[in-house]
Amino acid sequence: MLTVEGLTTDYGPVRAVDRVSLEVPDGSVTAVLGANGAGKTSLLRTITGLVRATAGSVKLDGEDITRLAVEQIVRRGVAHVPEGRGVITELTVEENLRLGGLWRRGGAARPEEIYELFPRLEERRSQLASRLSGGERQMLSIGRALAGRPGVLLLDEPSLGLAPLLVAQIMGLVRTLAETRGLAVLLVEQNARSALSVAHRGIVLNLGRVVADQPSAQLASDERLRHAYLGF
Amino acid sequence: MTKFIDLTLNGISTGAIYAAVALALVLIWRATRILNFAQGAMLMVTTFIASGVIDDTGSYWLGFAIALLSGLILGAVVERVLIRRVESAPPLNAVIVALGLYTLLVAVAGMIWGNSPRSFPSAFSIRGFKVGGTRLLFSPNDLFIVLVVIAVALGLAVLFRATSLGLQMRAAAFQPEIAQLLGVRVRRMFTLGWALAALVGALAGVLVAPSVFLGPNNFDPILIIGFVAAVMGGLESPPGAVVGGVVLGLALSYVSGYEGSALVPLAALAILVLVLLVRPTGLFSATRERRV
Repeated sequence: MLTVEGLTTDYGPVRAVDRVSLEVPDGSVTAVLGANGAGKTSLLRTITGLVRATAGSVKLDGEDITRLAVEQIVRRGVAHVPEGRGVITELTVEENLRLGGLWRRGGAARPEEIYELFPRLEERRSQLASRLSGGERQMLSIGRALAGRPGVLLLDEPSLGLAPLLVAQIMGLVRTLAETRGLAVLLVEQNARSALSVAHRGIVLNLGRVVADQPSAQLASDERLRHAYLGF
Repeated sequence: MTKFIDLTLNGISTGAIYAAVALALVLIWRATRILNFAQGAMLMVTTFIASGVIDDTGSYWLGFAIALLSGLILGAVVERVLIRRVESAPPLNAVIVALGLYTLLVAVAGMIWGNSPRSFPSAFSIRGFKVGGTRLLFSPNDLFIVLVVIAVALGLAVLFRATSLGLQMRAAAFQPEIAQLLGVRVRRMFTLGWALAALVGALAGVLVAPSVFLGPNNFDPILIIGFVAAVMGGLESPPGAVVGGVVLGLALSYVSGYEGSALVPLAALAILVLVLLVRPTGLFSATRERRV
């Protein structure tokens, strides 16, 4: 379970994340929605320690991880799939996957287990990641995060630039992963409609603040919120 | 014909040393995007240390081992104490720090060990092998140089290609932030990269010292040539550095043998200019231009 309390992040004079509190229970998907610049990516980057919080805390199963170094947070089982897919294009598909599980030492998922989820990757296992399509890179990026058998999965815009069919597949997979593996998933999306279709709970950010935090079905049916912040 | 064979053999053994210097530069460039202008001074210091150990104990091999070990330590210390502070700053800062370190080490070495060059022993005989009555310009020591550099290059290839540590070092070099998100201790990998590079540099120092003598500034020409070799190889690629070193060694050996040794530094720089004009990414590099 991931618990965020009063988290605040400043870039100089600009407040990107403003007293955000949220909870992601194990086995569930929480969607973080909002327009460009609402603070979604900054929120994820603060949770993993890439950006330092000005105030507030991040707790993992009750343990305060706010001030830990990035790699220590990752090594506690928080996997962050960054925006723009973040595969290392100079390495092969399989090297990317192995890298994702190295910190687990013996306990990592073998590449074969990841290939079961994403058979497309197996065909390209020894190719450089630079040869992959956008969809394949997204699969690799998610697969690589899963290789470390995380307890928390932070996904930043997994639908960005993907064809609708692929978006639906990836969203479906996210939900299945959460429910079958007990993962706590925090899903940042601009594509609010598809994110809410798989999320248990939805949070809307505006100018760094939480303006709504509701079960996803309720959020999707709230016309005012939808028009004001979600664009559908 | 004998002259051609001699020059070729000589080119291969000097090329092996250039390759080692180029490797030292490439390892750091890859890991931290910094051209280590202090590399020449660092390997000068480790070679002086080796010289002291050899003088005191009479054992060449102990000195050899101490040189490599002190290279490893010096590289790590330089990264942690100096370079870490400027790694995220504009690249020029690191260049200035490296140049400052160069000046500092040369000055301090002059104060401790004096500025007049001294001789440095070679591992094996420098009398050329005798083949069918003629003596070649290739000695057991040259053979040793070539074999050691091959061993180091292979060792690095295995490290980078076949081990988890090497995979993490590559990831940290290519995409530090992503590597961090995958639990790689990126800072440690940078330190290790510098340590390894300085070790290879220290090796080049003890290998070349018998022929250039040991003094605070005696390794500067080797560094320039090693830099040219690294650029020929594309600066990014350890195999490219090795090939670049050997090709340059051969080219300069022919220039020296047929045209005169005074032309060697000029020829090295001419080759550098030519490479940069024709193929700025290096003769052997497959990578495209890097977007910054």
